[in-house]
Amino acid sequence: MSAIAKVYKWELLKLTAQKRTYLGVGAAILVPIAFVVALSIQKGGPNDIPLGRNIRDTGLATPFVVLFFMSFWAFPLITALVAGDIVASESHNGTLKTILTRSRQRGQVFAGKALAVITYTAVVVFAMAAVGLVAASIKWGFKPLTSLSGTKIAAGHSLGLLVASLAVYLLPLIGIACFGLLLSTITRNSAASVVGTLMFALLMQLIGALPGTEPIRPYLLSAQFSAWHGFLRTPADWTPVIRATWLCLLYIAVPLVGAYLVFLRRDVAGD
Amino acid sequence: MSDAIPAATPVIARDLVKRYGEIVAVNHVDLTVEAGDVFGYLGPNGAGKTTSLRMLLGLIRPTEGSIRLFGRDPVAEGAAALDGVAGFVEGPRFYPYLSARRNLRLLADYDDRAARTRIDEMLELVDLHTRADDRVGGYSHGMRQRLGIAASLLRAPRLLLLDEPTTGLDPAGMRDMRALVKRLANEGITVLLSSHLLSEVEELCNRVAIIRSGRIVYAGELADLMATATGGYRLSCTDLDRGHAIGLAQPGILDLRVDGGALCFSAEPGDVAELTIALGEARVGITALVAEKATLEELFLGLTEGDAPELAEPVLVEAAA
Repeated sequence: MSAIAKVYKWELLKLTAQKRTYLGVGAAILVPIAFVVALSIQKGGPNDIPLGRNIRDTGLATPFVVLFFMSFWAFPLITALVAGDIVASESHNGTLKTILTRSRQRGQVFAGKALAVITYTAVVVFAMAAVGLVAASIKWGFKPLTSLSGTKIAAGHSLGLLVASLAVYLLPLIGIACFGLLLSTITRNSAASVVGTLMFALLMQLIGALPGTEPIRPYLLSAQFSAWHGFLRTPADWTPVIRATWLCLLYIAVPLVGAYLVFLRRDVAGD
Repeated sequence: MSDAIPAATPVIARDLVKRYGEIVAVNHVDLTVEAGDVFGYLGPNGAGKTTSLRMLLGLIRPTEGSIRLFGRDPVAEGAAALDGVAGFVEGPRFYPYLSARRNLRLLADYDDRAARTRIDEMLELVDLHTRADDRVGGYSHGMRQRLGIAASLLRAPRLLLLDEPTTGLDPAGMRDMRALVKRLANEGITVLLSSHLLSEVEELCNRVAIIRSGRIVYAGELADLMATATGGYRLSCTDLDRGHAIGLAQPGILDLRVDGGALCFSAEPGDVAELTIALGEARVGITALVAEKATLEELFLGLTEGDAPELAEPVLVEAAA
């Protein structure tokens, strides 16, 4: 096993031993369950959002609808819980000193942490979708999905589109996670990093809501959370998907490289 | 630094400076720790001991100066330069939500494959084998200190850097920790030990450096330091006034004064012998003659308080040669 793989393995094991991880994953899987329960006991529905009108037609619609709702603050917060903490808590507890005086280089330690954050982010998104799909399918069945263009998509194909949509949805969330990692590395303060990361995500949405910002809206990180709509059109619209891909890679790369450089050079003293 | 510096020398630090803005935490410090030393790094709180150790372990970058650990540069090489080096600064820190064994497994995975095979042995060595599967969050301070030693020894180090390892321990814990350090030193591990407990340094160390306000004020053999202490004598006799008068007339008797019913003075041993003969011939009985030496504490306080002179330079030059 390579050095980075060993660090990565232990970063995951550390995450599985911490309450905040379960808090994040738990929240991610409770939201779709609560959603299905609420729609089961109420008559109305989220008719104004993509796929909302057809939510009771098939269990496949629920994960898409929940993705929409959780993109505002729930997923950014769940992501920030771990991304903002992963370096800062070790600085605060002094364990960064412990691991940086062993044989692994700082770059390897950072890579392991970054991979663990990305893994956690993927887990919460896919866990939400899996639980939402199962819960909603139990209630409304695993039937063909009505696309955003109004055509029916076979259930099996819809499942494939769900996975693709989750992958694209993950990109801006990883961008937020990397921003959290940067704050965690710079501030060495877990609470400040978590709150700062959430503020960053909310600020993106605020900028997008301001009048006069129309030209830059497609390039805001928050706008990329709806890039998956392109998969649910007939024919598929690749424009938002491609834009989200390159744009999110920038949103990921800039803070990630920044955090890496800070981590390599920073003084590790008592915080 | 030239390539002629022997790679076997555990620690060579030259002209080490660490500035935080206007504050100079470490000011042109030179340190040499030879193989087999138990080297005491002494200084009052805030003198720069821990900052120096952090630089040695590559945790912080020196503003100026160079460091070599067994000939390797931790600033340039990072963790690779810590091969054969282990220790902790400001107390050992562990993941409180993991057991001691899991903490050591993690650290072993951050080292080489062989480290994993030594976990049980190390836990037994520090007498934590019965609590190895308990979470470290529930450990006492002393248990964490012992676990810190175990974690360091997993690396099978040739150099151990310990920052105040007995701080916060109860008397029995301090005794056990010192015994462990002695044992490790006897096994050939070079130890660099920072401390402000002078009795501990006297008991364990053969060489010391004393740092004050970021500057080294003494570095060298502990025995040499003790020898710099001004020798003094305290003499009690049957007739203090006559004894005092005889002392004043006796060549080589210096700083003679009456203090607490005794004569206090400094002198060479031969002159002391002459004084005793003179007193005997004058039929002044000597009831007690005690040679007094300054303690390490007095020397330490003398070097680290007030306008103490720096003794470091000649010794450092010799050590660096």
